[in-house]
Amino acid sequence: MTLALYVPRQSAVHRVPAGGKLLALAVLAVVLFAVPTLPVAAAGLLGVLLVGLGAARLPAASLARQARTVRWWLAGLFVFHALFSDLPTAAVTVLRLLALVLAAAVVTATTRVTEMVAVIEWLCAPLRVFGVRPARIGLVIAMALRFIPVLAERADRIREAQAARGGSARGLRGVRTTVTPLLVQLLQMAHTISEALDARGADDEPPARGRRSPVTAA
Amino acid sequence: MKTKDLAYIALFAAIIAVLGTLPAVNIGPVPITAQTLGVMLAGGVLGARRGFLAVLLFLVLVAIGLPLLSSGAGGLAVFAGATAGYLYSWPVAAFVIGWLTERVWSRYTVVWGVLINVLGGMVVIYLIGVPVLAAVANLSLWEAIVSGAWPFLPGDAAKAFIAAAIADQVRRSYPVIERPQRELAGR
Repeated sequence: MTLALYVPRQSAVHRVPAGGKLLALAVLAVVLFAVPTLPVAAAGLLGVLLVGLGAARLPAASLARQARTVRWWLAGLFVFHALFSDLPTAAVTVLRLLALVLAAAVVTATTRVTEMVAVIEWLCAPLRVFGVRPARIGLVIAMALRFIPVLAERADRIREAQAARGGSARGLRGVRTTVTPLLVQLLQMAHTISEALDARGADDEPPARGRRSPVTAA
Repeated sequence: MKTKDLAYIALFAAIIAVLGTLPAVNIGPVPITAQTLGVMLAGGVLGARRGFLAVLLFLVLVAIGLPLLSSGAGGLAVFAGATAGYLYSWPVAAFVIGWLTERVWSRYTVVWGVLINVLGGMVVIYLIGVPVLAAVANLSLWEAIVSGAWPFLPGDAAKAFIAAAIADQVRRSYPVIERPQRELAGR
């Protein structure tokens, strides 16, 4: 599960402002869930592939990797719906989710995280009235986006290590021997990162408006 | 808010996201997920304010289109769906759990943790989630309880216990919630 997945290319999709792409993603999600029919889900998936592979010229491997991370889960979902609902429902559910996962992958692959965060900062600008600094909101989002793949990787590594030793740390013993130490490690990691950020001036108040350096003012 | 607090908030938002990759049990309109375990932990480890913000941040990430909910759902659509009430209840649940945890912090035990998680992580979530489910899915309140609260009792009780056990261990080895000022002053 990789979210920091920017693929640099010179394409029209890359040049669309991040806000526009996020809006398109939101609209796609609403449409796909509001109209749960096979043609719409298939068209959504086809459209996402055309935009991603065609217009944005992303390597197929980068999208395939995203699809691979959810393949078992999609397969399970398909079997579940095929058994308990019916085949069309199963197909719609799976195609729709695949389309959304790939659409999110296209947006993340064509948009720098900094751009994405800038959109949120812009949306949060009115909160300044309540003493909220939009730059801090951008920082916390950027950190969460970075933490997700790190956590997924660490969890995978532990699962693999346990499988290699022929055991599984399930139940309460697993909580005591793996989950809590992992959580404590992660808390320490978060603390270390925050100290590193502060050392680089993350906690500084931004310079007041209008007091720019002569270079930028000129 | 210090950068350290922001890092903890980001960490727990990420934890809730990663818990969504564990397989969920779909038993009707509302899936049983491991993500509420993350919500309980956010409150129990970070306290009211940071726990609330961590869950809120997670919901913001979902809203901007990342498929982070356990069903792989994401985007703005889920905030209008049948399970929307449960999502709205999560930050409240984390806040209630965090607030109660801070109150009993100096004498926190697994038993306190379970009680707090049941109150904040189950009662609060059902109180908000079930009526919204009833309204959106056009069910009677009783039908909504049968499909939106009853099947979750065993799983949620187990999560309440696991979250309390983890919170208790983290409290002893790496406490993140600081002691209330007046307690320090009394020493």
